[in-house]
Amino acid sequence: MKDPRIWGLKKSPWVYHLAAASCNNCDIEILELLTPRYDVERFGIVLVGSPRHADALLVTGVINRKSLPRVLEVYEQTPKPCLVIGVGSCTCNNHVFRNSYNAVGPYDKYMPMHAYIPGCPPKPEAMIMGVVKALSKL
Amino acid sequence: MIAWERGWRLALAFVASSMVTVLIGLVLNWVDRLVSARVQWRKGPPFFQPFADILKLLLKQTVIPAGAARTTFVFAPLLGIVAMSLTAVVLLFANFNTGGSFVGDLIVLLYLFALPALAVIMGASASRNPIAGVGASREMTLYFAYELPFLLALLVPVIKVINTPGKLVADGIRLGQLVAFQQANGPFLYSISGVIAAVIVLLCIQAKLGFVPFDIAEAEQEIMSGVLVEYSGATLAAFRITRAMMFVLMPLFLITVLWGGFANWWAVLKFLAIVVLIVLIKNTNPRLRIDQALRFFWFILAPLGIIAVVLAYAGL
Repeated sequence: MKDPRIWGLKKSPWVYHLAAASCNNCDIEILELLTPRYDVERFGIVLVGSPRHADALLVTGVINRKSLPRVLEVYEQTPKPCLVIGVGSCTCNNHVFRNSYNAVGPYDKYMPMHAYIPGCPPKPEAMIMGVVKALSKL
Repeated sequence: MIAWERGWRLALAFVASSMVTVLIGLVLNWVDRLVSARVQWRKGPPFFQPFADILKLLLKQTVIPAGAARTTFVFAPLLGIVAMSLTAVVLLFANFNTGGSFVGDLIVLLYLFALPALAVIMGASASRNPIAGVGASREMTLYFAYELPFLLALLVPVIKVINTPGKLVADGIRLGQLVAFQQANGPFLYSISGVIAAVIVLLCIQAKLGFVPFDIAEAEQEIMSGVLVEYSGATLAAFRITRAMMFVLMPLFLITVLWGGFANWWAVLKFLAIVVLIVLIKNTNPRLRIDQALRFFWFILAPLGIIAVVLAYAGL
């Protein structure tokens, strides 16, 4: 069989929702993803309250000079191996903030990213697909 | 020679009963999540989900926060596991080998059941996290809240045994004797004081397991899993294993002291009924505040417990 560490990570990815200065739209869609309608606990996905328990960070929002050190700190606090998944177009390419003096994204300049999920905001189905793609890459 | 053999058998019993308890506990964890999913009209996780969770946590990196008291932080989770393993030996012996129980094991169990809460408080205080500190203080308050009605409720079976002519105090605090007494005279549950005691013990189990409405120390939405906030990897797995073992042992304890013990295999149904009842209480109640919980245990359940004790003295 494969590496049990990877198997465990695939079968029970606990996600921590890291809202880094987003407009809240993606956050609301993430909450929708965790409702009984989509029932992601079928795949072992559980929302946890502390980055110490997390296996996947769902990052939302355009990265800026204020939020960058905080995001990096949360990333460093997360036990490895961990996935980082960017949710929303802002994480991919700064989106409508691309000409802003304050936007310093995208995220993969600063830390390893496993998937980007475009959309403003992305639908929950798109997020499930993104997480599945990120996990199957392991 | 004989002492050696006895020692080996005891060690074997210890390892076997704690292993069995962990396995059953993880399956029950799945039952808990499945029933919760059904209540919320969902499908729920597959049966191996708790095993996958534990495996993943055991193989993951364990972060020790800067400035934490390292030794206490790492060894506090083990305290809970050890306490629950000892509880498993004592409880299983009292049920399946009535002669194997010793005088006073009821009192030993009361102390052992207090240790997981102590382990959580120690670990949280050692982690140097203010949120964990808030959680630890809530856990401590909750402990003092539920312990009083719990003790009062457990006096009921003891009094019932002692009140019977020809029985000594030593028989009342011996689990094997409690089980044998119930198998001869019918479970304590089938009386007014027994019902009151069972309700109190059930609600105290809910609080000891840290389930809603008494998950105040771990409130995910307000203090981010509180006491466990700094725990990761294998240490978090240890706390989850402790919780899984408690989820087996607390309902088993309720059956042992009040509902006739594990007399035959029908007792499995009693056991599952209690587990599902606990899960349903968990799923249909909001979280209480710590002061509300304290008031509930001290000013509602404790007087009820006193009433139960008086009724038990009167023979009801």
